[in-house]
Amino acid sequence: MATGSDARLPVKAESKALSFYYGALHALKGISLVIPERHATALIGPSGCGKTTYLRCLNRMHDLYAGNRYEGEVFLYPEGVNIVAPSVDPIEIRMRVGMVFQKPNPFPKSIYENVAYGLRIRQSVRRTELDEAVERALRDAALWTEVKDRLHEPAWALSGGQQQRLCIARALATGPELLLFDEPTSALDPTATARIEELVTDLKQRVTIVIVTHNMQQAARISDFTAFMYEGKLVEFDRTEIIYTNPSNKLTEAYVTGRFG
Amino acid sequence: MHLENDIDKSTSIGVVKGPIQRRKWTDLVFAAGGLVTMVLALAVLLALLGQLVMDGIGRLSWQFLTSYPSRFPTQAGILSAWIGTVIVMILTALAAVPLGIGAAIYLEEYARHNWVTDLIEINIANLAGVPSIVYGLMALGLFVYQFHLGHSFLTAGLTLGMLILPMVIIATREAIRSVPSQIREASYALGATKWQTVRDHVVPYSMGGTLTGLILALSRAVGETAPLITVGALSFIAFLPHPPWQSTFPFFSLQWMFDPFTVMPIQMFNWVSRPQEEFHLNAAAAGIILMLMTLVMNALAISIRARFRARIHW
Amino acid sequence: MNTPLAPSEVFRKETDFRAYSATISQFKERGIELLLLLAALTSIAITLGIVSVLLYESVTFFRQVSLFDFLTDTQWTPLFSEPHYGILPLVSGTLVTTLVALLVAMPMGSLVAIYLSEYAGANIRETVKPILELLSAVPTVVYGYFALLFVTPLLQKVWPGLPGFNMLSAGLVIGIMIVPYISSVSEDAMRAVPVSLREGAYALGATRMQTAIRVVFPSALSGIAAAYILGISRAIGETMVVAIAAGMQPTLTWNPLEPAATMTAYIVQVSLGDLPHGSIGYQTIFATGLTLLLITLLFNVAGHALRKRYRQVY
Repeated sequence: MATGSDARLPVKAESKALSFYYGALHALKGISLVIPERHATALIGPSGCGKTTYLRCLNRMHDLYAGNRYEGEVFLYPEGVNIVAPSVDPIEIRMRVGMVFQKPNPFPKSIYENVAYGLRIRQSVRRTELDEAVERALRDAALWTEVKDRLHEPAWALSGGQQQRLCIARALATGPELLLFDEPTSALDPTATARIEELVTDLKQRVTIVIVTHNMQQAARISDFTAFMYEGKLVEFDRTEIIYTNPSNKLTEAYVTGRFG
Repeated sequence: MHLENDIDKSTSIGVVKGPIQRRKWTDLVFAAGGLVTMVLALAVLLALLGQLVMDGIGRLSWQFLTSYPSRFPTQAGILSAWIGTVIVMILTALAAVPLGIGAAIYLEEYARHNWVTDLIEINIANLAGVPSIVYGLMALGLFVYQFHLGHSFLTAGLTLGMLILPMVIIATREAIRSVPSQIREASYALGATKWQTVRDHVVPYSMGGTLTGLILALSRAVGETAPLITVGALSFIAFLPHPPWQSTFPFFSLQWMFDPFTVMPIQMFNWVSRPQEEFHLNAAAAGIILMLMTLVMNALAISIRARFRARIHW
Repeated sequence: MNTPLAPSEVFRKETDFRAYSATISQFKERGIELLLLLAALTSIAITLGIVSVLLYESVTFFRQVSLFDFLTDTQWTPLFSEPHYGILPLVSGTLVTTLVALLVAMPMGSLVAIYLSEYAGANIRETVKPILELLSAVPTVVYGYFALLFVTPLLQKVWPGLPGFNMLSAGLVIGIMIVPYISSVSEDAMRAVPVSLREGAYALGATRMQTAIRVVFPSALSGIAAAYILGISRAIGETMVVAIAAGMQPTLTWNPLEPAATMTAYIVQVSLGDLPHGSIGYQTIFATGLTLLLITLLFNVAGHALRKRYRQVY
């Protein structure tokens, strides 16, 4: 587990014995994991280990589909409220926790409207504030210079990498405290992937990031902490360097050295 | 022993060729039969339209479009009929759109898998197959007498609205289903509520399919005759309904909704049922206008579908 | 660029876990869901409306006329001084016209479907589909006009003694009318048959016709049966073509060369007249409508069950 100095790192989110069921299928088995604030935590593991399932618990995405059930607790700090409790409204959580998906999914609207949507549904915002917020988000997503002259053109005309950065801008526009990435570069070419990785490395100093990836090298490149999952359980969680150079668990070692997965 | 010769004799190409030729020939005949059938269908369509145009084109004129029905065939016109059709179509759309789109949204976005949902879906499937005249009977008992709406435009609009409701629901559901789940998830992930997601994404992106379905359903309703006869459409209306405005407060009037009504297909039916041939020509002319209305609406639906397809990408 | 990304103060109060606005928006969400549910429940309301109106009037009717007489009397003369209330003449009219229609529509529709799904290239399909769509878009009054003033005179050249109103013309035209319906549902069913089955047959040397008839057709049988059954239901419910071209004289006859009235035409005939609300004559149309509904319901349920089956198989 995380050592000495890490124990004093502020925590943004934490799951305690989190279990999850897709109907009768027991997909997550008692996962207790700490997400340190303003760092990037990677979730790695072979297909079907539950890393995306875990990620989607953090913003209650599973609530969208019938038959899903949470057990255990997930705390979001600083309030320390259990966000998977049925009494908590998932809408409120999603207003503070953003998500970027595997395949870029911009709305069939203009670039401007994509970024502005999250802001529009929160309050009636004045036009000037909206313009500023959109620009800020596009800059933070390293997309502004490429689109500043065509903000009102359709988002689907952008390249795959640009669309994904647009989705990141869209998620950033509302100032989330926690940003979830679900294999954000698996549908992109290497150049676009590199740009996104650069972006994540930059963003993690300001937003807490959790990133699911099946690309171990990517996790090694951009994350500070790594959690290795296998068959719904958390096998090991530690600083990324330790996981990759000196893991405590034999299973972890087998996975990161490529013996399976 | 010259085995090869024996084999040659029994399996020579000539022996196999016979059955193959025969099958190929029957294949050709079958293909020809299919083609002939389609040509026959085309021929019937052409004969129908040709007959209509030949008979009716002589009666088409400005006078025809702006006159009321009359005992004298050459003076009769379709003014009250086509205005009646327009008014009934507006009322039909007003009845079918909120109920149809609302029901489709509920079934696709909100409904859980329980017996109520199953019951609703079975109902819609059944209603789609009920003969249109039965809708007329229901409307007669319910709208005309029970609700005291009388033989009026309002009744006609409600009747046809109920008739096309299953079509609108089915088409809208198809359109809503074509919106991918990734788009919905993106909206929810930003903290949108279900209604916000439906209002800002699901409905706008599926509008193309919904409008197409609606216009096609209305184009069917334009030609509906039986249910309107049953609810008491008149075939001799020599006046227009009350206007929707009035000079006294509140300056708009709903009186027109309760006026007696007629529509194009009923006028055509009335004329074709008369023994005099001159009235048949009127019927043909009315039929041409009716076909034009139907064709224009179909073309409109297709162009709307194409335009929306060009704008929505995912 | 290294300052922390803090949520703007403007939005902070939105995310207070105990925000007042969350309760309001939840209330609004529930309200909207309720409205949409009501829209969806209208379909059930319509069914209830149809059933209740038909039952109510029929029950009153059957208090005065025995069910036995209704089902077995061979005369339908409700408006005579010595009225007879036997539904058989109307049922025979419906049956004969439907049968004639099916004799036309089933072979034609199936041939077209087989041709389009097994033989036709994309070009032919592009030209044929619009023709079929056009055939289905023509209003039924126009078909009625065509039946009375084109088909009947044409047939009278072949059978000089053919009366001006007869079931043959009406049946033929109804047949043409439902060809697009039968062909599209059949074609869907046939296209759903996997390519691998066809390729298996071709690999054995079968011609296209043999494959179509011996492999595709049987595999798609439940879908094709569904198409036939839904076509039957459509023909049974057809009103205007028979009202215009088959005459409105209820006669118990099985000869298509004679005029007769169908159940649907009778309802139209009465609605055109002036029967006082509540009289037994008025109630006869509901009793007839109920019979019509039950018959079409039977076919619709069977058709849908078959359609579900073929969709599930693949």
